[in-house]
Amino acid sequence: MATVETRKISKFYTHEQAAVDGIDLFIPEGEFIVFLGPSGCGKTTLLRMIAGLEHPTAGDVLIDDRVVTALAPRDRNIAMVFQSYALYPHMSVFDNIAFPLRARQFAKAEIPGKVRWAAEMFGIARFLERKPRELSGGERQRVALARALVREPQVFLLDEPLSNLDAKLRTSARDELQQFQRRIGTTTIYVTHDQVEAMGLGDRVVVLSQGKVRQVGKPLEVYDEPADTFVAGFLGSPPMNLIDRGSAILGFRPEHFLPIEARETGNDAVRFTFRVTRVEYLGADRLVYGMLEGGAGEAKVLSRLPSTVPLPVQLGERHEFVIGRRDLKFFDRQTGLRTAPIPL
Amino acid sequence: MSLAPPRMAPLLHRLAGMTRRGAVHATLLLVGAVWLVPTLGLFVTSWRPSADVAASGWWTALPGGTFTAGNYREVLTVRGFEISLLNSVLIALPATLLPIVFAAPAAYALAWHRFRGRRFAFLAVVALLVVPLQLTWVPILKLFNLLGLTGSFVGIWLAHTAFGLPFAIFLLHDFMAELPGAVFESARIDGASELRLFLTIVLPLSTPALASLAIFQFVWVWNDLINALIFLQDRGKYPLTAAIQGLLSSYGSEWHLLAAGSFVSMSVPLLVFVALQRHFIRGLTAGAVKG
Repeated sequence: MATVETRKISKFYTHEQAAVDGIDLFIPEGEFIVFLGPSGCGKTTLLRMIAGLEHPTAGDVLIDDRVVTALAPRDRNIAMVFQSYALYPHMSVFDNIAFPLRARQFAKAEIPGKVRWAAEMFGIARFLERKPRELSGGERQRVALARALVREPQVFLLDEPLSNLDAKLRTSARDELQQFQRRIGTTTIYVTHDQVEAMGLGDRVVVLSQGKVRQVGKPLEVYDEPADTFVAGFLGSPPMNLIDRGSAILGFRPEHFLPIEARETGNDAVRFTFRVTRVEYLGADRLVYGMLEGGAGEAKVLSRLPSTVPLPVQLGERHEFVIGRRDLKFFDRQTGLRTAPIPL
Repeated sequence: MSLAPPRMAPLLHRLAGMTRRGAVHATLLLVGAVWLVPTLGLFVTSWRPSADVAASGWWTALPGGTFTAGNYREVLTVRGFEISLLNSVLIALPATLLPIVFAAPAAYALAWHRFRGRRFAFLAVVALLVVPLQLTWVPILKLFNLLGLTGSFVGIWLAHTAFGLPFAIFLLHDFMAELPGAVFESARIDGASELRLFLTIVLPLSTPALASLAIFQFVWVWNDLINALIFLQDRGKYPLTAAIQGLLSSYGSEWHLLAAGSFVSMSVPLLVFVALQRHFIRGLTAGAVKG
């Protein structure tokens, strides 16, 4: 187990555009941290610099308080699982898992026992004689995890390891992955563009965009208290409503925007007139699209009504909707950053 | 307007498919025949007595002609072909292995390592592909004379290695560049040194290209006459090609011996091909990345 730290780390592929732009991060021992962001946000580049597969243009990587920036990947005592799994196709599952041990000159007698232990951890002990091409996607992914685990590295790096699995398998694999990490307690960095994975897996989530960290926090924190309009608009599906209100941008989650009938009103709620333009039935929820009307001009917004709210909503109707005052978030129009509430 | 795709009658569709396949088969049969008929002719001739060979075409012998192993016996024992056969093996094996041994690491480095002058080095290799052999004989021979390599097997190994390297590097480079890079990165993180990575990952995954290259180079060296004559300059070291050529000039029209000698000569590359062909497994990297 180890801590991982980046200090002002940057990567420029061209002179103008930074893939990673001066990121400072501290990951404590044993944490499961998720790098989340849209494609091209720099999350994979950041991971690859921690792994040593890319050399930073500036800044340093520290593992256990030791600067490792100049060290080769194999000298960092890390393990990585690739999106493509990157198994050795000409080797059996046994030899795949044994590869890191042999590469590190483990005693010959030690190897079969360790391979078996790692294989059993992921329930693939019966495939040891097979070649990767004879395995299903989920089985290959387990081989990749077992190979990463077998030499008990200080840090696990996982680069979208579930994205090649089908949806059903992904859910169960996510669950297993989390249980496994809890059991061994190794510091784990997980890269994904999937916010459901990020929210479900991470002790903390690092939201990245355009090479910069937008917010670091517990999943609920980044969801409930987004630091800027990017995080607000990226997390949640559908994401937060963001509407122009003069010098500020007003944000609120669709599930907090409810008909007045469905909510106890008091001084802590703000009322809006909502004209419905479209209703989408999703089973457990209804998505209601429409326009806010009133003094400050019209704005397109979205409400998410749970099926427990029985109010009939029809196209073209006007309804009184409310939002709790503490569910309203305010952002600066220029910088997009969170600001103090302003009077509405 | 309907956007449904135009539907072909299933029968018509099947017919079109059969015609297409038929055309492919016919072409393959034709190519096979063009190669096989002369080979068969050579094979039949090599087993006929010399009087028969002079009297009638090989195809007349097919139904119940007289056959003899005498031609092979004479070629291999009396005319010194056994020495030439051994020489050919002594020349061809190292001259096949050496270029591969040098080309494989070079190709890997050019394909996967970032270093100064990489593009230039690769361009130089490609440029060397088109240098005519004739241009190199005089300078190489002068050099070999200086180093005392003329007339030695080491000299001809080096010459063939040099001639074979540009193509070998080019072929292996193109193959290795297509290997999945994540597998190499994974091996590096797993703790493999560059040497281990090269020996246990890159080389095994390149087997199909290495096998093709081995066949190309072996056939080229095995069938080479001119380089052997130029660099060996010693009858005792001449390969089979030179022995066959000697048969042509000194014995005039001994077609039966020529046929037997030629057949011995061509059977070796055939054996090599058969031995290596099982390595041309397509999709050897299947299972490395994704599905």
